[in-house]
Amino acid sequence: MILAFVEHTGGTPTEPSLEALTLARELAADTASRLDAVVFGAEGAATADHLGTYGVETVHHADDERLDTYAPEAWAESVGQLVDTEGPEAVVAPGTDRGQEVLAHVGAKRDLPVVSNCLDVEAGETYELARQRWGGSLVEHAVLDSETKLLTAAEHEFSPSEADTVTAPTVRPFTLELDESDFRVSVDRVEESDTTGVALGEARVVVGGGRGVGGPDDYDKLETLADRLGGTVGASRAAVNEGWRPHEDQIGQTGAKISPDLYIACGISGAVQHMVGCKGADNILAINTDPEAAIMQKADYAVVGDLHEVVPELNAALGKEP
Amino acid sequence: MSSNDLPPETKTVIIGGGIVGNSLAYHLTRMGRDDIVVVDKGPLPDPGGSTGHASNFLMPVEHSKEMTHLTQRSIEQYEDMDTFTNSGGIEVARTAERVEELKRRVQSAKAWGEPAELLTPSEVEEMVPYVNTDLVKVGFYSPGAGTCDPLRAGEVMRARADEYADGGLTVSPNTEVLDLHVENGAIQAVETDRGTVSADEVVIAAGLWSPKIAEMAGVDIPLTPAVHQMVSVGPISFFEDYDGEISFPVVRDMDTQMYERQHGNDLEVGSYQHRPILWDVEDVPSIEEAPLSPTQPPLTDDAFEQSMQDALEIVPDLLDDPEAGIRHEIDGLLSQTPDGGPLLGPLQDVDGLWSCAAIWIKEAPAIGEAVAQWMTRGWSDIDLHGADVNRFYEYGTSRSFVKDRASEGFQKIYDIVHPAEQYQSAREIRTSPFYERQQDLDARFFEAAGWERPQWYESNSDLLERYEDELEDFRRPNEWDARWWSPIILAEHLHTRDHVSMIGDMGFSIFDFRGSDVVDYLERMAVGRVDVDVGKTVYTPILAANGGFVSDLTIARLGPEHYRVVTGGAAGGSDRAWFEGHIPDDADVTLIDRSESLCTLGVWGPNARDLVDSVAEEDMSHETFEPYTAQSVTIGEIDAWAMRLSYIGEQGWEIYAPMGQGQRLWDVLWEAGQDHDVRPAGMGVYGTTGRLEKGYRLFGHELELEYDPAEAGLTFHGVKDADFIGKEAYAEAIDRENTATLCTLSVDDHAPDGGERRFMLGNEPVLDDDGNVLVDDDGRRSYVTSAGTGPTVGKHLLMAYLPQSYAEEGRSLQVEYMGQQYPVTVEVVGSRPLFDPENERIRS
Amino acid sequence: MDTLACIKRVPDTGAKITLTDDDQHIDASNLGFTISPHEECAVEAAIQQAEAHEGTATVLSLGPPDAEEQLRTGLAMTADEAVLLETEGEEWRPRETATAIADAVRDDADANLGFDLLLFGDESADAGNHQVGVRVAEALDVPFVGGVSHLDVEDGTVVAKRDVTGGMEVYELDLPAAVGVKEGVNEPRYASMRAKMQARKQSIQRSDPPSSEFAGGIEKLRLEAPDTGEGDAEVLGEGVEAVQAVADLLENELEVT
Repeated sequence: MILAFVEHTGGTPTEPSLEALTLARELAADTASRLDAVVFGAEGAATADHLGTYGVETVHHADDERLDTYAPEAWAESVGQLVDTEGPEAVVAPGTDRGQEVLAHVGAKRDLPVVSNCLDVEAGETYELARQRWGGSLVEHAVLDSETKLLTAAEHEFSPSEADTVTAPTVRPFTLELDESDFRVSVDRVEESDTTGVALGEARVVVGGGRGVGGPDDYDKLETLADRLGGTVGASRAAVNEGWRPHEDQIGQTGAKISPDLYIACGISGAVQHMVGCKGADNILAINTDPEAAIMQKADYAVVGDLHEVVPELNAALGKEP
Repeated sequence: MSSNDLPPETKTVIIGGGIVGNSLAYHLTRMGRDDIVVVDKGPLPDPGGSTGHASNFLMPVEHSKEMTHLTQRSIEQYEDMDTFTNSGGIEVARTAERVEELKRRVQSAKAWGEPAELLTPSEVEEMVPYVNTDLVKVGFYSPGAGTCDPLRAGEVMRARADEYADGGLTVSPNTEVLDLHVENGAIQAVETDRGTVSADEVVIAAGLWSPKIAEMAGVDIPLTPAVHQMVSVGPISFFEDYDGEISFPVVRDMDTQMYERQHGNDLEVGSYQHRPILWDVEDVPSIEEAPLSPTQPPLTDDAFEQSMQDALEIVPDLLDDPEAGIRHEIDGLLSQTPDGGPLLGPLQDVDGLWSCAAIWIKEAPAIGEAVAQWMTRGWSDIDLHGADVNRFYEYGTSRSFVKDRASEGFQKIYDIVHPAEQYQSAREIRTSPFYERQQDLDARFFEAAGWERPQWYESNSDLLERYEDELEDFRRPNEWDARWWSPIILAEHLHTRDHVSMIGDMGFSIFDFRGSDVVDYLERMAVGRVDVDVGKTVYTPILAANGGFVSDLTIARLGPEHYRVVTGGAAGGSDRAWFEGHIPDDADVTLIDRSESLCTLGVWGPNARDLVDSVAEEDMSHETFEPYTAQSVTIGEIDAWAMRLSYIGEQGWEIYAPMGQGQRLWDVLWEAGQDHDVRPAGMGVYGTTGRLEKGYRLFGHELELEYDPAEAGLTFHGVKDADFIGKEAYAEAIDRENTATLCTLSVDDHAPDGGERRFMLGNEPVLDDDGNVLVDDDGRRSYVTSAGTGPTVGKHLLMAYLPQSYAEEGRSLQVEYMGQQYPVTVEVVGSRPLFDPENERIRS
Repeated sequence: MDTLACIKRVPDTGAKITLTDDDQHIDASNLGFTISPHEECAVEAAIQQAEAHEGTATVLSLGPPDAEEQLRTGLAMTADEAVLLETEGEEWRPRETATAIADAVRDDADANLGFDLLLFGDESADAGNHQVGVRVAEALDVPFVGGVSHLDVEDGTVVAKRDVTGGMEVYELDLPAAVGVKEGVNEPRYASMRAKMQARKQSIQRSDPPSSEFAGGIEKLRLEAPDTGEGDAEVLGEGVEAVQAVADLLENELEVT
């Protein structure tokens, strides 16, 4: 059995979870085994219909209301107990904060290796796999030899695809033996973000500014453009290091990974460390004075020009339209 | 202008888009060139070389006249482009020795025409309040110093070049040179990753990558990347009250070989103190691989440890600012050459290929201008001979030589360097066949162009006693004056004038010219008439088209179509390039370099004839071997060739023999010489004492591009009928009244304040009675071009160009040396020898 | 309160990463080395918390002898102590690394935990395994939270916040605890010159941890620099002349207006 760890919002699986499910189903096919999912939360059972379209046969729902709130160690212990009882060949989690964290705990608790941010997995006696290093700048090819394979799927690397045959999963609540100490870490509360804009990771349009913007004030132009397009503004690490933008705006290896419909990169050179943050974008438009800048090669569309001239004109052009 | 579509052909390709390449493009277009391509493998405006990380300050005063003038001219250009900030600069002395050095700095400033003064510690504190002046004994203030923005300057230069060229300039960044095409010894094309451009002329201005590019054409540009460590500390609250990049003078803490300079709210701390860290150019990462830039690798921490300690001592208040930290720290890569100088000019083995490398930000605009002048008209306003790329030709281009000398030279960047100081590394590269014998005689060797030449012989120390009376007034009590010097030189001189000495090897460069067009060709090169009888020798200036000196040398006619040119060893590389570059394509002239196959032994003094005659098969009498002629002779078993002339004004010969037989030649003369009281004598006699008494001019000292032959007193050839390079200017110079004339002066009093007797070494400013430096009508300042004691005339002699109104025999003037003024007298105006003015000895 | 920041020596890479000929490592022959960016923030956090709560900050690295350089960077940032678990330069996997760190931390205080707060980077820059912090915490039986973008310690409680869509999750952990921080949690200080100089003279505790053997595991075969898909951008024009084409693209083709 291949077990997928699925995160969801109100019963709807998250995009990264669907990506991980896609990888998990491939493994299930390769190993001719069943695909199951494990879900947490009060509305976990509600994922069943959706998971059926991904070919899941059994949805293991942790039946303990203490687990409705995210508690990494308790969740990991639950997955671990499921591993103990069900003996899956592999557990696949999304490469999210929670996915990585839960699987790392499982690995620690069951003394198993974990391979994070997988890009490609060939299941056999052992698993031959490719995984991200350097935030995606490099690929490591490796062999995993372990009784239970714990894997996370790199974000934005698998296109969620539904199964050829839709299943009607059984929802199987499972009970657990959990100590109070397993709950010593859990979400105490959630603070709403006080910013009104669209979060970088969620935005459909992101306007990024790099060192070429030249200073903090010049981001106004980019803000205007982002407003016009209903998007939000991001920045390269160089610009953040200059102190022009807060770190929250940083896109790249050590910042946000974005996946908008359109990313407009203004005055950004396009270093690998930046590109790994925006490769989830469906389209990239680069505006740069240097036609040789790396970003110009990696973008889908390019304008050779000074962002300080182009962006205001573009704002004006877009402003004319209703 | 900026384009990545390279034209298939162009007149000139400049490889490198840093400050040097931009300056070249600007000046070449300003001088009328309108077909130029600039390529750089990096982006613009910062292609990733040292232009992008230099500390960008310009301190104009150096001990080299040319370098000072180049920096002054560069400051003018940066100012003109609105990219210069005049902050002033202060060098501080922590030690007594450095105090003397800073006095010498003032002396050089006066000589080269740059304002400067010494400051007391409290004056230093007033100007830079953050310097810990408890450590400072004296400051040297250079009010003209400042900082520049070379990246912005590059943009301005490119824009101006684009306008001048009117569509004829292509600037192509991100273009990597893959190969240089050379055919028949001439550059044909530059192959890049964007296509191949045919070109008549290619300039390598690629900074520390220049050797790699030169190698593509099979030639050497001898430089190595070397680390200059720099850190930037900030933000410093003290600077927050001041607007702009720099509000305080740049501080050079000379004794620790460091500088501290404000840059906005940061303090840049740079060091030349650390151990030399040299790179291989192949190891310099690409732009994409480098986190900062290819020439900004990370700081080597352990090498910087002492520098941190020293910086914390000299500017503690700034560096201990609780808000401030090290924001930037690099091992900045720069180009280091074997002697620290730039590498400029045509590379002689490939026609049309030029080097413009190893240049600091402070001199780049002026060097671009000067090299552009050189390229477009054949000479530059500021003499670049000392920076000729060919000066290391055929001895000093190996990687190990470059590394050894660069390591040693790196430590001299801020050090106190005596004008006669010798390199200790990479020695014994060129030794004559006399070398072992000279070693046995306890010679003290100096090096010139790789050649080991005895400066004096310790084995002659017994002569000190013999000439005790003559030498008494000329011993040098001051250690600086006596460094790299010995009174034995003076004793050898006196012995030579009394008896006979053997001087060898002078390390000459020897070029034989053969071919049916050789007479016409050499006539065109030389001021003197060369179509003379076979066996005659001609001493002649070689001029540039402006009448300035390219060289001075001796030409001997060996046959109807065979000449031999003998020139100074140090000038060999550049002279050879000059001669080769002027052989017309269709002329039947072949240059054969004999420098490494012939050795030279001088035998001079009143006993010279008796000595040589005793071992020569031929009759060496005055009648059969006249002065200024050359003949084949057999000395003992050795078939040799001799010229009867003398740079020290004595009877005798320069005897040339095959290197392999040189030792035997020495032995034959040495054994026979025992009956004639022969002694070995060193280059101290040949190059200084003997020469100065005879008023002979030395290339690079008296003879240079800024003075013409009339001013130098070298017009004895008159104006010959045949055409020659520089003829028009030469003729004009003779007709025109001199603006200045080269004079010989003597020092009247070596201790006017009653203290230690001091002896000038050269490059001291010449002052009038009021203490003002003499300046001629062309704005040229008078300074001592050569200095040395004339033991026979009993005077310490100085040569200097004096404005016409001061060039008057018997006139009293002053010379400033180490902060003190000394009375001097004009002994001779012009080239008349002080010793034996009628040259009776040579003719005896 | 005593804090510990665990850091890793990694090459300081530029825009392009090149590999050694055998594809086993990054070609770092001409590169410098640095502390992973997240971990630099861990050091800063360790120092800040130690300063705020009157304790000491220690930096620890498992790596080759040259990792001393990164430890000295930590000391120059004013960490008090440095510990090097010296390896022979081979790559250690998360289980081995975590075991060695946990053992060292235990040893350090006679089997008691010598630190109140352990700080890790959210992931190392090079390997990116996301595990060492969790595994050390599990081995020492202390609570852990990763991906932390805001960190405070009040009255013996760690308040750690993690960015999620629309806001931040807040975790409260009792000390002793372990936290994995992300770049942005603070602004790492620049070392002063004096601190840097003093750091060069400070001693570093060294030990050679035994390399533990685990059944099963991961074996690296080779590294690969992925194809970045260059050269197919459609150039819409130069300068402001391109604006209309861009507007058309946004409005009609991509429909993002």
